[in-house]
Amino acid sequence: MPETVPQTAETVPADDLDLESLAADVVAQAVKAGASDAEAVAREGDEFSVNVRMGQVETLKESGSRGLGLRVFLGKRSASASTSDLTADGIRQLVSGALALARVTEEDPFNGLPEPGEFGSLAVDQHLYYDDVYSLSGPERIERARRTEAAALAADPRISNSDGGSFDASTGRMALANSRGFVGGYRSSYAGIAAAPLAKDADGKMQRDGWWSGARSLAELDSPEAVGKEAARRALRRLGARRVPTQRVPIVFSAEVARSLLGSIFEAASGDAIWRSASFLAGKLGETIAAANITIVDDHTMFLPSGAGGFGTAPFDGEGLPSQRNVVVENGVLQSYLLNTYSARKLGMKSTHNASRGLAGAPGIGCGNLFLAPGALTEEQIIAQIPAGLYVTGLMGFGTNVVTGDYSRGATGLWIENGQLTHAVEEVTVAGNLTEMFKNITAIGSDLVFRGSIASPTLRIDGMTVAGE
Amino acid sequence: MTNPAASPNPGHKRYFFEKFGITESLLERCLGQALSAGGDYADLYFESVTATSLGVDEQIVKSASQGVSAGCGIRVLSGERTGYAYTDNLSPERLLHAARTAALIASGPAKQPIQGFTEAPSANLYPVPTGGYDLDLAARLELILRADRAARAFDNRIVQVRASYAESLRRILIAASDGAFASDTQPLCRLNVFVIAKEESLTTKGSAGGGGRAGLDQFIGSKSPEFLAREAARGAILQLSAVPAPAGEMQVVLGPGWPGILLHEAVGHGLEADFNRKGTSAFAGLIGQSVASSKVTVVDNGTIAGRRGSLNVDDEGSATQETVLIEGCILKGYLSDKLSARLMGMANTGSGRRENYQSIPMPRMTNTYMLAGDDAPEDILRSVKHGLYAVNFGGGQVDITNGKFVFSASEAYLIEDGKITAPVRDATLIGNGPEALKYVSMVGNDLKLDEGIGTCGKDGQSVPVGVGMPTIKLDKMTVGGTGR
Repeated sequence: MPETVPQTAETVPADDLDLESLAADVVAQAVKAGASDAEAVAREGDEFSVNVRMGQVETLKESGSRGLGLRVFLGKRSASASTSDLTADGIRQLVSGALALARVTEEDPFNGLPEPGEFGSLAVDQHLYYDDVYSLSGPERIERARRTEAAALAADPRISNSDGGSFDASTGRMALANSRGFVGGYRSSYAGIAAAPLAKDADGKMQRDGWWSGARSLAELDSPEAVGKEAARRALRRLGARRVPTQRVPIVFSAEVARSLLGSIFEAASGDAIWRSASFLAGKLGETIAAANITIVDDHTMFLPSGAGGFGTAPFDGEGLPSQRNVVVENGVLQSYLLNTYSARKLGMKSTHNASRGLAGAPGIGCGNLFLAPGALTEEQIIAQIPAGLYVTGLMGFGTNVVTGDYSRGATGLWIENGQLTHAVEEVTVAGNLTEMFKNITAIGSDLVFRGSIASPTLRIDGMTVAGE
Repeated sequence: MTNPAASPNPGHKRYFFEKFGITESLLERCLGQALSAGGDYADLYFESVTATSLGVDEQIVKSASQGVSAGCGIRVLSGERTGYAYTDNLSPERLLHAARTAALIASGPAKQPIQGFTEAPSANLYPVPTGGYDLDLAARLELILRADRAARAFDNRIVQVRASYAESLRRILIAASDGAFASDTQPLCRLNVFVIAKEESLTTKGSAGGGGRAGLDQFIGSKSPEFLAREAARGAILQLSAVPAPAGEMQVVLGPGWPGILLHEAVGHGLEADFNRKGTSAFAGLIGQSVASSKVTVVDNGTIAGRRGSLNVDDEGSATQETVLIEGCILKGYLSDKLSARLMGMANTGSGRRENYQSIPMPRMTNTYMLAGDDAPEDILRSVKHGLYAVNFGGGQVDITNGKFVFSASEAYLIEDGKITAPVRDATLIGNGPEALKYVSMVGNDLKLDEGIGTCGKDGQSVPVGVGMPTIKLDKMTVGGTGR
């Protein structure tokens, strides 16, 4: 029976809000009200998402929202406020609220905006925005989601249930302005499709996995069929999973889970963790922290092979400093921490232009496109060298302590026997310590693909413990 | 577990009517638009949140921030379909536009919502500020300054202390096409302490927190700034002498309180009705079957006064309740929202929750805990020859489809010959939800709820929750350390 597909809503004329002027105006109001310095961020975004489950539309969501954030300084004191109320009244309350809060804080000698000469925004077009993400009609968007799920369901008779197929699109604009003359803004876009099928074996045991494709431009998305088929392959290979005995064996982290290890390096190299000594990398600048062939880069200026800007690319950071490329680890040696202005001042260093900025709160530290430089081996070649080991395709839980480096997480994957993948493995943990794990990387894959702002090739790590039966 | 006397509170509703110019006739028009293309049901969810946070760091009050947000989410249900749209602009034009957008999920003749709303009397589980919402910041600063002092005084190896206080007030108003009408004002606050300890080249961390839906007077006893600060400091100092955690299957004793996160991960999520309606949970079809040892009774209870996970009404306007999930080994029921209740022909357990007005509600937990048993905690420990005693945890996670769950111990000790010996380094524990509770062989008489620190994530939506448990012994569980 053919399904009647919902239409998308008629367009309501946009208010054409000039976010940069708005942010600059809020800064001016704050200074007028008594702030010695001020910084405002304005954001606007809209989202569309549809999930199709077992061939039928399950959820359809379409909306937009705006927000304004303000940080004010009274000398070395500061506070921040945010609001979704962009009326004149709402902005007045934002300014007076932030200033009232700043009066209850105390002086912090390291507090303050960056110095006037430091600001800047890269002039090159970074290709962060493509208007094609909204070019599909409502029925066409639903059709993308339906095809993605259908390809997964059609892949194998053991795929009999699903959490659905989805299509998402979003665009956003942001502007940042401060009282030291910086005004900048950019817009960005995203589109994605995904499938999450369930596979069931003869005993009725179920496994779920998924796959997705995301891009700044609709044109760069993988086909729904390719995504659905890959999702099915990943769910199917988990069938028959069993535990393995507790032992110490080489671990191969597949590229999509090795990303999370880089995430831990990012957290440990972040200036806030460093100045607090809350990191196993604190005080290790210039020391060997990883195997000799490991190079890790955080690049906020990168383009993807398609020509689009990377998922972590932007013209300036969360404090208005121009984006740059930082080598974090080179040939195993820690070369740079990742710093915003505050953490740099605490450490007597210069910002690496890694400030991140939400609506509320002081700037944090964010990565751009963070990656581990690829090696020469294919994933198959890495696996082929291992007599017995675990190929990890999924990690669970939060068992990473970047203060001590202790690492212990739930894992799923496939058992390696004589260089070949054999049966699926589940309900085991993999454990070690990050200080040793990065030194014990004994093979690096050639398969570096940016599926998000953090990317890693396949990595083999020796000396870790698998806990199971 | 008392439920204070029910009493309607017209103040919650008046707030939206006065501040945003909402009227009953506007609500009816929006619901009419929402059902203009048919559909079974529509609801409007108005939300206004004010959040404030303060932080002391290195003995300096370094940070203070506040945020205000308001918006409305409009939902239309048609069979198994959900259409959703939201707006942060509460003008009649924008609300009606959002209603028309959500309406497009259905395709049929327009339906008429029921005219006239009925607001049921609701519980009164938490205090609501009367009049304005001007916080006494000095009193709040005093809490974190006291925590800072206590943590630094604990041991001279404590080298960094950060204490923070966060408070929010969330007002909601829900109007539905079935005539249901509900409003609530939900306070929530939390005090947190984070410390770093250092001895020679070794650095460790410790943290503790507490809070709930109550006023400042809750920060006494085990939630006092001094107690929480000492707990954080004690945890960090303890880790300085920790040995590697063992690896492999062994007997595990879990302490009372927050280790109840085991229940949240092992069974709670798997019993949320949406997963079971779709057959994607390892617990699907297991109602009436044995999923635990006979000593195990697990409930989810949203009606405990002042608790972080408690709510007078859920985010669909339904009264929360105590729901028995597992009783004496048998799986009794699921946690349901309006949609799953209707589609599965089961009772709505008042479990429909959402992170905010931008989010579609779904079945969620409130406060999930195991009822007390008969065993003395010291007898439980004494019965273990070789095992792990875990008393504090970081986060957990579950794959609801295969039932595998993890939770990460941040304070644990070896048990040797019935005695607690060396503290161990952080380790993740892993198990299988439908099986794990079958190995519960002893249940303590010391049921304790956590101090009010839990936040649960599902489909990208975070909501505050509580957990609790007495001391229990699991005859078999896998500990993911590195030791032999």
